[in-house]
Amino acid sequence: MAAAPPHVAYVAERFYDDEAPPPSTVGFTAWLRENLFSSPLNSALTVISVTLLALYLPGLFQWAVTHSVWNASSLRECRAIMDASFGEGVRGACWAVINERFMQLIYGFYPSALRWRPNIAFVLLLIAMIPVLFETMRSLLWIAGGGLAIKAATTVVSLAQGDGFGPLQSPTTYFMVGALVLAYFFGGREHRRKWLILSALFPVIAYFLLWGGAFGLDRVPSSRFGGFLLTMIIGVTGIAASLPIGIALALGRRSDMVFIRSISVMFIEFIRGVPLITLLFVASTLLNYFLPPGTEFDLILRVLIMVTLFASAYMAEVVRGGLAALPKGQYEAADAMGLTYWQSMRLIILPQALKISIPGIVNTFIGLFKDTTLVAVIGLLDPLGLTNPIRADSNWNGIVWELYGFIGFVFFLFCWGMSQYSMFLERKLRAGDRR
Amino acid sequence: MDDAIVEPRPVDRTKLSVSDELSIEIANLNKWYGEFHVLKNIDLSVYKGERIVICGPSGSGKSTLIRCINALEEHQKGSISVNGVTLTSDLKKVDEVRREVGMVFQHFNLFPHLTILENCTLAPIWVRKMPKQEAEELAMQLLTRVKIPEQAHKYPGQLSGGQQQRVAIARALCMRPKVMLFDEPTSALDPEMIKEVLDTMIILAEEGMTMLCVTHEMGFARQVANRVIFMDRGQIVEQNEPEEFFHNPRNDRTKLFLSQILGH
Ligand SMILES: Nc1ncnc2c1ncn2[C@@H]1O[C@H](COP(=O)(O)OP(=O)(O)O)[C@@H](O)[C@H]1O
Ligand SMILES: [Mg+2]
Repeated sequence: MAAAPPHVAYVAERFYDDEAPPPSTVGFTAWLRENLFSSPLNSALTVISVTLLALYLPGLFQWAVTHSVWNASSLRECRAIMDASFGEGVRGACWAVINERFMQLIYGFYPSALRWRPNIAFVLLLIAMIPVLFETMRSLLWIAGGGLAIKAATTVVSLAQGDGFGPLQSPTTYFMVGALVLAYFFGGREHRRKWLILSALFPVIAYFLLWGGAFGLDRVPSSRFGGFLLTMIIGVTGIAASLPIGIALALGRRSDMVFIRSISVMFIEFIRGVPLITLLFVASTLLNYFLPPGTEFDLILRVLIMVTLFASAYMAEVVRGGLAALPKGQYEAADAMGLTYWQSMRLIILPQALKISIPGIVNTFIGLFKDTTLVAVIGLLDPLGLTNPIRADSNWNGIVWELYGFIGFVFFLFCWGMSQYSMFLERKLRAGDRR
Repeated sequence: MDDAIVEPRPVDRTKLSVSDELSIEIANLNKWYGEFHVLKNIDLSVYKGERIVICGPSGSGKSTLIRCINALEEHQKGSISVNGVTLTSDLKKVDEVRREVGMVFQHFNLFPHLTILENCTLAPIWVRKMPKQEAEELAMQLLTRVKIPEQAHKYPGQLSGGQQQRVAIARALCMRPKVMLFDEPTSALDPEMIKEVLDTMIILAEEGMTMLCVTHEMGFARQVANRVIFMDRGQIVEQNEPEEFFHNPRNDRTKLFLSQILGH
């Protein structure tokens, strides 16, 4: 080998110590530069956004908080209070309407003496969801603890008003304390299966809690259901049922069996091709013509079926996307091992396909949850359905923003929660399986 | 050009022996993809302990042939029996055959959502109904044999290609198969990893495994195979013992193929 030419040869003469990076590249200024002023376009957008926020945020805050009225019996009274306290003609939010109609917006016309039943059903729902969503029951500690904290706060208010310990002495309290204790002692990974049994039984328990008619619980007719209670019933049922049905349809659509495949395709394409409103009208009116005269077929149940079928069709397409995205080799490796069809679906294909589909699945869930408001169109009194009678009330005639703003905010909280969970799940699964 | 041939470790040929019991019998096999006649009149008898290397130009039907053996592809004419079980459209027969036949793919096809250990124990637990602990012991034993027991709790994505392919071999072995099929097990690997996989396959050969291996690793074919089969355009064009096959090819297409692949 020839010797290297002289200008190529190099030997380090000293070794350098570690130095701190230049100040302008770390810390807050660097963050600002990187995120808000990284380019002329970004800088312009930053300036515009900050200006808009500065223009509108204070006004919104004044309307919603500083100039708002919480206690009044009518819109007229609200305005009088604003005129008196904040100056003539100053207008803020009249939250008094929410204050007065709060229970109705939550429970509809569910008998007030029996409202502990939906309350417990709700707490049970949270408990039943945790083992499905998480590996341990740790989050139940937070939920039950938080619920008890709210209870305690209302009790303090009640005590201050001289009403005694009323709020604390409710079945819900005992229930949450019980849940807290159970979650504390039996909340570990190794007990997850037992909690899942509760999840599986939840639909039956919830049905009897809500509608009664057995175990000494008074019957509550469906016509009394309304508000967010109704939203939750439709939303949760739809979400819980549409995923398995959607998976079955997606597998059916990819099946080798012509009959199963055509049924799945027809179902999916038909349901997707028809607006949900139409299906709801079918549920509320048309179905009566097809059923034998005199059959009792609960309207809420009919709506549940329609909403679930509707969401299932969308779910099927989301899941099919996930199935199609898996490399063919995964199917082949599973087959070559001698796994049966159902084994390979359950152990190999679906865990991966569903993981890919999480954003689409949660998207469908969120869409479904918001679509529950469409039942107002066929006369069910979900929160949006309740806005009409409330606004028709002469006391609250003219109220708009507060009512829709509040309902919108509650919906946002639920949907945001779902979206957060989906991101948590994606992060968790990504950490587990690095490709 | 000599660098292109990876020389696996020397083989103790005294350990290699062929029994006179039939393992796989393929008679007059024909397969079509739609109108396309991909396999033509294939006759092939494989005896227990045989190590057969199948080579041939791309698209000649090598993969299709070995995938017919474990019914990943179905054939339209002729018969295939594996260990006395004749493949029909009966799913029971298919499952019976797949339980006894292990397969290793070009792209490993490990399950990325399961750990290495779970990849290996899956089939024993679900197909063989083996208790979990026993399956894990077996898996560890086989992972040790392919020299990666320390990776058992990692995920496939954390391993190099060569390691993944060795896991794939261990995974197949966990079913205690009587026959192993390899479809170009080293062609997706970087050169420095090919040898580790070939060496693993040699261990199998020395243990008396019946092997059908689609590969262009001619060093491996010379060392390990007792028969080399050359396929072209859907048919078996020539087969012979490795020595004869490489030094004295008879068919012109074989000669052309060998000259291209061996580079002289
Ligand atoms: N699923 C399929 N459908 C149609 N043609 C196929 C399919 N799979 C393989 N072929 C064709 O069959 C021929 C043989 O393929 P293959 O067995 O994979 O060849 P090899 O493994 O020898 O490269 C090729 O021409 C290929 O294009
Ligand atoms: Mg091939």
